[in-house]
Amino acid sequence: MSSNKKIIATIDGNEAAAYVAYRVNEVCAIYPITPSSTMAELADEWASKGIKNIWGTVPDVMEMQSEAGAAGTVHGALQTGSLTTTFTASQGLMLMLPNMYKIAGELTPAVFHVAARSLAAQGLSIFGDHQDVMAARTTGFAMLGSASVQEAHDFALIAQVATLKSRIPIVHFFDGFRTSHEVNKLEMLSDEQIKSMIPDELVIAHRNRGLNPEHPFIRGTAQNPDVYFQGRETVNKFYNAMPSIVEEVMNDFAKMTGRKYELFEYSGAPDAEAITIIMGSGSETVEETVKALNKSGRKTGVIVVRLYRPFSLDHLLKVLPASVKSIAVLDRTKESGAAGEPMYQDVLATLVEALQQGKLKKLPNIVGGRYGLSSKEFTPAMVKGVYDELEKKHPKNGFTVGINDDVTFTSLEYDPAYKLDETEWRQGLFFGLGADGTVGANKNTIKIIGENTDLYAQGYFVYDSKKSGARTVSHLRFGPNPIRAPYLISKADFIACHQFNFTEKVEMLEFASDGATFLLNSPYSKDEVWDKLTGQVQKSIIDKKLKLYVIDATTVARDTGMSGRINTIMQTCYFALSGVLPREDAIKQIKKAIEKTYFKKGQKVIDQNFKAVDATLANLYEVDYPKKVSAADNDLQTVSDKAPDFVKEVTAVMMAGHGDDLPVSKMTVDGTYPSGTTQWEKRNVSDLVPIWEPNICIQCGNCAYVCPHSVIRAKFYHKDHLKKAPADFKSAPINARGFPETQYSLQVYLEDCTGCNLCVEVCPATDPANRSLKAINMAEKEPVLKAEQKNIEFFENIPWNDRSKIDFSTVHGAQFLEPLFEFSGACAGCGETPYLKLLSQLFGDRLLVANATGCSSIYGGNLPTTPWAVNKEGRGPAWSNSLFEDNAEFGLGMRITADKQVGVAKQYLLELKDVLGESFVNEIINAKQIHESELAEQQKRVQLLKEKLKTMTSPAAIHLLSVADQLVRRSVWLVGGDGWAYDIGYGGLDHALASGRNVKILVLDTEVYSNTGGQSSKSTPTAATAKFAAGGKSGGKKDLAMQAISYGNVYVARVAFGANPQQTLLAMREAEAYDGPALILAYSHCIAHGYDLKNGLDQQHNAVASGHWPLLRYNPTLRMKNQNPFVLDSPRPTIGLKEYAYNELRYKVLTITNPEAADTLMKHAQELVNLKWKTYEELATKKASDFVPIA
Amino acid sequence: MKLHSTYMGLKLNSPILVSACTLSEQTDNIVKMEDNGAGAVVLFSLFEEQIRKEEARFKGVMSETTYAFPEALDYFPDLDDFNVGTDEYLENIRKAKERVNIPIIGSLNGITTEGWIDYSKLMEQAGADGIEVNIFFIPGDIAMSSSEVEHRYLNIIETIKQSVKIPVAVKLNPYFSAMGNMSLRMKNAGADALVLFNRFYQPDFDINELVIKTDLHYSEPNEIRLPLLWIALLYGKVKLSLAATTGVQSAIEVIKYILAGADVVMTASSLYKNGIPYLKTMNKELQDWMYMMGFESIDSFKGSMSQQHISDPTAYERANYIKILEGVK
Repeated sequence: MSSNKKIIATIDGNEAAAYVAYRVNEVCAIYPITPSSTMAELADEWASKGIKNIWGTVPDVMEMQSEAGAAGTVHGALQTGSLTTTFTASQGLMLMLPNMYKIAGELTPAVFHVAARSLAAQGLSIFGDHQDVMAARTTGFAMLGSASVQEAHDFALIAQVATLKSRIPIVHFFDGFRTSHEVNKLEMLSDEQIKSMIPDELVIAHRNRGLNPEHPFIRGTAQNPDVYFQGRETVNKFYNAMPSIVEEVMNDFAKMTGRKYELFEYSGAPDAEAITIIMGSGSETVEETVKALNKSGRKTGVIVVRLYRPFSLDHLLKVLPASVKSIAVLDRTKESGAAGEPMYQDVLATLVEALQQGKLKKLPNIVGGRYGLSSKEFTPAMVKGVYDELEKKHPKNGFTVGINDDVTFTSLEYDPAYKLDETEWRQGLFFGLGADGTVGANKNTIKIIGENTDLYAQGYFVYDSKKSGARTVSHLRFGPNPIRAPYLISKADFIACHQFNFTEKVEMLEFASDGATFLLNSPYSKDEVWDKLTGQVQKSIIDKKLKLYVIDATTVARDTGMSGRINTIMQTCYFALSGVLPREDAIKQIKKAIEKTYFKKGQKVIDQNFKAVDATLANLYEVDYPKKVSAADNDLQTVSDKAPDFVKEVTAVMMAGHGDDLPVSKMTVDGTYPSGTTQWEKRNVSDLVPIWEPNICIQCGNCAYVCPHSVIRAKFYHKDHLKKAPADFKSAPINARGFPETQYSLQVYLEDCTGCNLCVEVCPATDPANRSLKAINMAEKEPVLKAEQKNIEFFENIPWNDRSKIDFSTVHGAQFLEPLFEFSGACAGCGETPYLKLLSQLFGDRLLVANATGCSSIYGGNLPTTPWAVNKEGRGPAWSNSLFEDNAEFGLGMRITADKQVGVAKQYLLELKDVLGESFVNEIINAKQIHESELAEQQKRVQLLKEKLKTMTSPAAIHLLSVADQLVRRSVWLVGGDGWAYDIGYGGLDHALASGRNVKILVLDTEVYSNTGGQSSKSTPTAATAKFAAGGKSGGKKDLAMQAISYGNVYVARVAFGANPQQTLLAMREAEAYDGPALILAYSHCIAHGYDLKNGLDQQHNAVASGHWPLLRYNPTLRMKNQNPFVLDSPRPTIGLKEYAYNELRYKVLTITNPEAADTLMKHAQELVNLKWKTYEELATKKASDFVPIA
Repeated sequence: MKLHSTYMGLKLNSPILVSACTLSEQTDNIVKMEDNGAGAVVLFSLFEEQIRKEEARFKGVMSETTYAFPEALDYFPDLDDFNVGTDEYLENIRKAKERVNIPIIGSLNGITTEGWIDYSKLMEQAGADGIEVNIFFIPGDIAMSSSEVEHRYLNIIETIKQSVKIPVAVKLNPYFSAMGNMSLRMKNAGADALVLFNRFYQPDFDINELVIKTDLHYSEPNEIRLPLLWIALLYGKVKLSLAATTGVQSAIEVIKYILAGADVVMTASSLYKNGIPYLKTMNKELQDWMYMMGFESIDSFKGSMSQQHISDPTAYERANYIKILEGVK
């Protein structure tokens, strides 16, 4: 073993792998994708800090436009002799496949580090399994699987050495989230150790194989039937040698570090009769369970697969106990229609071959099973279930474990109560909000304890799928030995509730073990708190004899100058109460950590934090509670009785957090789910909600227009409706002349409000007597909630206004259109969703949406509930998400169907004109469908047509009935963010525009990859920082509008609803009315910009006023009328770019980290703004003939 | 012709200084200021509450967006290693000191005792030649007595002087019951110079929108009279440096202030209006006037029209007021 002093760290799997990958490469070509993004971001961050690899140079990190691009760049860099890597997952790996065949075919050493993740099938999932890496198993890459954070670190090096020695590229993978995001204590490799493993001659040999004009050769030829086959067979000897090479590297590694790995690792009884074969993080669970089972007298074992490709028969046989009678091969993947999952087939084939060759005396009973798809929990109880199955005479083949398959009955029974001995661990569960810093504090806790004591630590963090009001659950384990438990905590000795209102909503105490400590952040004192708890919570506390502690963390944080941040306070409580360390030691450690963290901030900040720690201890109280339940149970019913059955039986179960219990029979077979289910999920995220003041309101509709969650709605109606109105229902006479009997109401759906404040910010009306009172103001929800629930019910029963009688062309009019996009899980104050809501209001009942993967597909389509809704007639937007990269093509396909089926329908109409009536048929075929009244007429005609057709039996009538709906003009919109439109989907988007087909493209432009954490896109503006542009983006922002304008026949608009809502409305209507392709670039403020989004509208205004985002419309219809089609809708810039930009952290960061660069880039950005404005101004003053003519 | 002057111990090549303004946010501008003859530059003000607000804002944004969503664990780099606002300011001092030879005076607008102490120290460490303490305080609390207000000023000065070794100027407002005595007490508290006067933010109303207007206009030459009066009254009586600010649009105001007794005269408005090279014009016009008047140096006419040097000292007091009123009649 090396005499080097051990470097101990507590980091996650992504960092553990990236740490080594960065040090052993010269080039990293990457593209962000969950859950691997962190690896690439770290590489970029280290490069920007000038951290060097083991050869003393800073790796060149290049963000590409897609994973396909990244793979191409990797290939090119490898072919010219650079040591090159990439980091990816899931669909990203799929996009790399073509290049992977090339890289492997050319015997090029490289390691791709993959945080293995599910593939999008019936639905997308960001979580972990082996579907992606299994899809890459045919590429010729070797595959090395890590099972833990330590292994992710170690195997990153083993893979690099092995690839250089073997010339076979390697996919090094570990389980997405479970390993990539688990924080664990590990021993780090020093640069010297890493260097000692990589012989220079291998690096030089790789370089020498690179393309070089000094001694040129050709690689990448096209080959014919005569030699291609033989060429493929040349590589066999390399693959034959690979297992031994990896083994040798693992042995060298063991000598250096003491950590011994094998290609196949057996553990368990030497005379085991039942074994499993598994790879990835689940193997730790199996190994630990096997130990427990064997202690109880069972003869079990497990083979952990490290090197999955090449799959070495000899190495597998070497570890397979001769006593084995039955084997279960556990695959974390699904291969529909196959004879079995891949590893099962590999084992089966290998052992049959061994039998045939006489290397195996008897073939054991071999079965395969699936587990853990999409990070489904894989627990010791499930493992025991598998071993129990193996004891049966005829164990089930093709089984599943961890779910209830009540359709094809693949699932194994198991006893969920079975647990391993957990007594040596201290286990804590922490329930917090995404925004309250709970996860950050817990990561810090793990670091403090893991790196400063002999204890081992593990942390895993569970987030929900909503972007507003998101809850987090932190799972922390501490113990004297390495913690090998890659599954969630089910029984904790410490439960912390960081938000008091969770006591009514979240079932936390079911996870508490008897006698556990329950820490509650409570605004109520130790004497008051008991009566504020629900009956269920009180009962759990009493039954489990919990030790209950309270602290008013919010007050302590405020009083100690911690800016209201409760995380440090709650963390201190944990240190004081958990018993992980003796209390005094614990407090000493936390203070030491504070000194270390705030060293650069000065003594004052350190003292302030010390003060907070001391105040915490002084304000932490144990509650001496009565041993009797004094409160009533609260209503845990998740959805209203009015909800449809599917929502009650399926959606509500997911909403309550019990989706794991849903059996297969409850799932839809093809990923189809009912629309508009967010209406049943009353999330009550915000305690402050808008309250309408009818007497002040001018009924402008601005609040309803900007509301990101469609919680503000307006209707006008005859005053007679009010006769049955609840007493508190608010209304006002409509402020339009000639309607003396018409009333107006603005209804706020309080329980769906996220409290973003945009409605208040946009409200132009104030009370003349009290200028601080607007027509809509934020106020406490609780006092009005009950009354408002009744008011909402009443409001819902007032009919929506007749669309054909509403003036769509004004913001005022648009408020009366029913939103068919509502209550999404988008961030509070989201700048994207108002556009989607408007889209749904304007064209919702005939809208088809192709949605690129990203924020809009997550808040638009992430289960359990989805926001695209249905109107009273049963019509509404039909929405689908294909992938990230293909959305334009996907939407174009929808358009082609619409056009094709209209053609088919017309053909049948003509065929049936004698039966249906010629004039009726002509009316349908020739209907103008531009204005709402015309569309309404056509809807009536088509309805009549369908009724007629239902009575007919001819094949033509039956066919026509199946396509008749298409006769109402479909509005096909291709929606996505700038990452899609400017980068990964740009080729398709360009093609869709160039197709001339009637597709409308809405780009929700946040100028950054918002969904994956703020990576730079080609829309990111100059001088802004983003991930992969940490030093400020120096290049210009792509002018997608001008590129589209160059086609001449594309309607193009650049809009910003916060700056000019009227222009946004106009552009969307013009785009839709135009019979051809249209592109709308919609400025979308975003949390990734770094400011309080309640100021989002002001910033939109500033973006336009500074010239950063000039509003424009290019309308080919005007060109056809011989008018200038280029209309500039915003005035000349009135403020400097700085005045806009420096309100946002994305720009401001650079002034802090590198003021000089910020200064230079800002000047450059201003010049670009000036130039762009000049160009636009010139275009706006040109003649029609100066623009591309339209054929 | 010598334009040399001394300001709180700092030797200057010209009595014309650039007062605290946003022009000095750019180091290039500071270089230009030196090239065009600025005697020294008072950097733009470091506002403590702005820093605290900004820091709180950043922290708020960071905490709202960090570890909140599984696909986006964070959006921004960790700024814990940086003191938001302060670092940037101190970097400005450092950069300016690297590139120019004229004195660089930090300007500090604090709100808390710790703030005054910490930021003064940091400015000193960053290389500032002096600190201008900008005490912007409107005693809106009517329970606060004048002596409490005065004590607050003196306390700040004493605190800062105990913390740093570099000279400290106090930029103050004129609204003290006994401005002269207050000046003396400030000197005794340790002030090395007084800067007369701070321009208060004085709101206006928009009667159509019924909102408060928060615009600020450039100072005009007619605004020099109040500082001119007090410089003339204080000159020679309080042994500290006097700096004049407000209303300086040309060399004429510079000359008037020096005649009253100012050691230095500060301007920003004139540079906003005419550009930084206008400093050269003002220096030239000052020199031309001195040549015309036969003055060899600044000292040779400084304070020559102060109260103690003019033949009719009452001109600065009540008699002058009566005379003017009578003139108006």
